[in-house]
Amino acid sequence: MARTPAELVGAQPGPPFEITMDGRTVTALPGQSVAAALWGAGIVAWRTTRVGGRPRGAFCGIGQCYDCLATINSEPNRRACLVPARPGDTVTTQEGHGRGALGV
Amino acid sequence: MLTRDSADVIVIGAGVVGAACAYYAARSGLRVTVLDRGPVAGGTTGAGEGNLLVSDKEPGPELDLALLSTRLWQDLAEELPPEIEYEAKGGLVVASHEEGTAALRDFAAAQHKAGVTAEEIPADRLHDLEPHLAPGLAGGVHYPQDAQVMPALAAAHLLRAAGARVRLRLGEEVTGLLTGGSGEIQGVRTNSGPVHAPYVVNAAGTWGGEVARLAGVELPVLPRRGFVLVTEPLPRVVRRKVYAADYVADVASGSAALQTSAVVEGTPAGPVLIGASRERVGFDRTLSVEVLRRLAAQATALFPVLAGVRVMRTYPGFRPYLPDHLPAIGADPRVPGLLHACGHEGAGIGLAPATGLIVAQALAGREPPLDVGPFRPERFASGG
Repeated sequence: MARTPAELVGAQPGPPFEITMDGRTVTALPGQSVAAALWGAGIVAWRTTRVGGRPRGAFCGIGQCYDCLATINSEPNRRACLVPARPGDTVTTQEGHGRGALGV
Repeated sequence: MLTRDSADVIVIGAGVVGAACAYYAARSGLRVTVLDRGPVAGGTTGAGEGNLLVSDKEPGPELDLALLSTRLWQDLAEELPPEIEYEAKGGLVVASHEEGTAALRDFAAAQHKAGVTAEEIPADRLHDLEPHLAPGLAGGVHYPQDAQVMPALAAAHLLRAAGARVRLRLGEEVTGLLTGGSGEIQGVRTNSGPVHAPYVVNAAGTWGGEVARLAGVELPVLPRRGFVLVTEPLPRVVRRKVYAADYVADVASGSAALQTSAVVEGTPAGPVLIGASRERVGFDRTLSVEVLRRLAAQATALFPVLAGVRVMRTYPGFRPYLPDHLPAIGADPRVPGLLHACGHEGAGIGLAPATGLIVAQALAGREPPLDVGPFRPERFASGG
């Protein structure tokens, strides 16, 4: 029988809520980071690198490596592994630095 | 004594000035040993911004040096690999009120007579040059000769391009100078033994005064602290080097008090760099939140778009200045065989090639490329 971390620690989370990732609905639990919610939905990449356009997602998971940057509620460069998911959050794949609109 | 290790000249300091001295000396056929107690660009150079400016210099010896360096950097940009991130991007100096514009105009007119290209930009054209500039500025002056490099990479690639005639010995601190019977230079002593050469070039940047003291001469190089803010990577939001007219007055100031005037520039790597503060606090590296706050406020006043951007990190550096704000370049008549190439304050990256060329010409016994009288190292000697 598959065991989940929540079962292992006897967690009793509050009711789940929804966020979206590039328009797709993802279910999150109170206290989960955005990265954890995305992983829970099987999504592992939410950014492309600046130079090569390669996919990136959570790597260290503890706020140190800055690989998991995402655009959350229109704000780029948020560390998805540190930002707690909130009902209605809109996560979008970040292209490179995520500031393309500022270029002149 | 000619050994495998012998050199014609020892350069103390592997910053951009020492690298330029080594480069031009090697190109004229000399064998050069470059010593540094740290890594390449680990001191003054690595804490710089990479400004190659003519715009902030009033007519006089430093401007002449900057104009020569501007031409030399153009040649170096062809010879060195693109990794030095040379950008002939130009500078834009802006004034927030009408009196500032008038002062800028007069300053630019005097510079123009000295060979600087300067074009007045009326208020309604500022945004053609820099679309993100704040509204309401009174005007500015465009300086197409201003340019930029990545200082640490520029130093490293100058050393590499100098070729096999340059030996680089890092992690070796000079602890004394070796002199002969009549006081002439015979080499240096380091923590790993003696190194012999008939000439020694003091390119120790902010620590140039200490090296001079080892030779028994006075050179009053003092540190002036400056902070730089580094933003998260951005697309090109600032095309040129953009700064407020107050910067020119700050550069020329002799005051010990904190001065800040935002100098804003993009980099090929993405981050925008925000300088420039100046304060005389010795070699104190303590983070000053007040300095950072003022720089950030001035930068966002120039470019409001930066208010929504994160600063990733900051770094302090020590700009080596001499009492008259001119560098010390050339042979020191007090110690035969000793040359100086230090004290460039906040302009050392820009002034490095001309400095290196002057030093190489002096080593070869050739005429300097310009009047070096104002840079005489012994000019501060008491009673001299």
